[in-house]
Amino acid sequence: MAESVCRARLVQFAPRLGAVEANVERHHTALAAATEAGRELVVFPELSLTGYYLRDLVSQVALTPESPALRGLAEASRHVDVVCGFVEESPTCDLYCTAAYLSEGQIRHLHRKVYLPTYGMFDEGRYLSPGSELRTFPTRWGPAGLLICEDLWHPSAPYVLSRQGMDLLIAISASPLRGVQPGGPEIEAAYARMLDTYAMLFQCHVLFCNRVGVEDGVTFWGGSRAFSPLTGERACAPLLEETYLDVDLDRSDLRTARLATPLLADERFDLTLRALEKISRE
Amino acid sequence: MSELALDCELVTQVLERFIREELAKFGFAKGVVGLSGGVDSSLSAYLAARALGAKNVTAITMPYKTSSPESEADARLVAETLGISLLRIAITPQIDAYFERFPEADKRRRANKMARERMTILYDQSAALGALVIGTSNKTEALLGYTTLWGDMASAVNPLGDLYKTQVRQLARHLGVPERIVAKAPTADLWPGQTDEGELGFTYEEVDRALYWLVDMRLRPQEVAAKGFSEAFVKRVWNMVRQSQFKRRLPPVAKLSRRSVDRDFRYPRDWEA
Repeated sequence: MAESVCRARLVQFAPRLGAVEANVERHHTALAAATEAGRELVVFPELSLTGYYLRDLVSQVALTPESPALRGLAEASRHVDVVCGFVEESPTCDLYCTAAYLSEGQIRHLHRKVYLPTYGMFDEGRYLSPGSELRTFPTRWGPAGLLICEDLWHPSAPYVLSRQGMDLLIAISASPLRGVQPGGPEIEAAYARMLDTYAMLFQCHVLFCNRVGVEDGVTFWGGSRAFSPLTGERACAPLLEETYLDVDLDRSDLRTARLATPLLADERFDLTLRALEKISRE
Repeated sequence: MSELALDCELVTQVLERFIREELAKFGFAKGVVGLSGGVDSSLSAYLAARALGAKNVTAITMPYKTSSPESEADARLVAETLGISLLRIAITPQIDAYFERFPEADKRRRANKMARERMTILYDQSAALGALVIGTSNKTEALLGYTTLWGDMASAVNPLGDLYKTQVRQLARHLGVPERIVAKAPTADLWPGQTDEGELGFTYEEVDRALYWLVDMRLRPQEVAAKGFSEAFVKRVWNMVRQSQFKRRLPPVAKLSRRSVDRDFRYPRDWEA
């Protein structure tokens, strides 16, 4: 039976670029403070152990799931569940942008970023390999799904997770600021609109943790958020500042929303699947 | 103008953090700004003072004998308003000594030499002060190539490089740069009566809008013309952008080895570990 309330904390911070040891230390400090404060789930941003704009540093900062850094964080997850981001090196030397879910001393799930933006200001496909799986995994608060930044821009990704019963979507991000016309960053408005819509349509809670700081002139905007399928945006962290955002997610929101509007129950998955198969054969 | 309107408060916060963090990563807390008394360098000085604290910013004004006294007075006004120290280093002796040997040098050679002379002074003084050079080049002049390579373009960090000239004015007004500086005709001040817009043959209002549609919004020149510009003007602007591309890139390295600097040796600038 899933627990009724998830006491989550989003840690909006600026990882140091390429300084894995310092970043691991930062994670442990934040985890100790969160445990002390009675939080149950702590979410760090995309590539929280390494920083974002790595380029040729990727191979230097890559970790295996068995590395002391990840084992140490898994150890800390005996007290509090953890989501963090790192560069993962596979046994065949492929490099991935990975998010880990750690709980009760174990790595419970790894999500390898499926969509690597390689256009405009982004160059991820040059340095990293794309993941090829979208799976939910069990948590104390029901099935959860992990997505990383660009994954979110493809609604098929949360759709596939939703079909596996996702109650909680955890999205981690290193989203660069752009668009500074009056009324706040263009990119922040886009994310807020998208995530609010996902919470509403996939009838799940959404946690979004975005980093801050500056790397090579690029500013990451922060503005981490939580959404409920029932009440929309629940909490929002300030732009640009290192901070954390505490939010308690109540499972009863899921039940109320789903009973009022049974979108998930009514979803014609068989129809969707047949239609997609037909398109793919054409 | 509305497409170029800024969220000035947000941009200020971003640029303050940018200056502070990019300096801190290299172990610096101080900056030097070449202060001409124009709106670009005044804005850089304002942002630097906010980001680093007035005591950590040194402005350097580097007049030549033909520079207008009003420019220097405006530079002094900015320094006094901000409470930052102002160093005056005239470049007349070394410029004149050099061109005594080359009296035939035209205006362009003299202008570029002065811009590069000022650059060497900024870099030398930054070393003396334990500071980094904070840039003053805006996006309009970088895109048009209306700038001296290794001269006024040179800096350690450039907070204005993604702001068009008209956006520089917006932000300057927002931060309280004196109106007489914001409103005066932009000039490189290399000879009496010189103005940017006189030399370029169009206004910053016009060219910034055209550049916005060409560069930021990726419209084709004929689509931009349909927005109310003459086709010849748009073509001329786009040609200026194309012909000055070399000023926005490091010189090409002849590829020989397995891994060459800046081709397949690709590390971030902010390389800490």
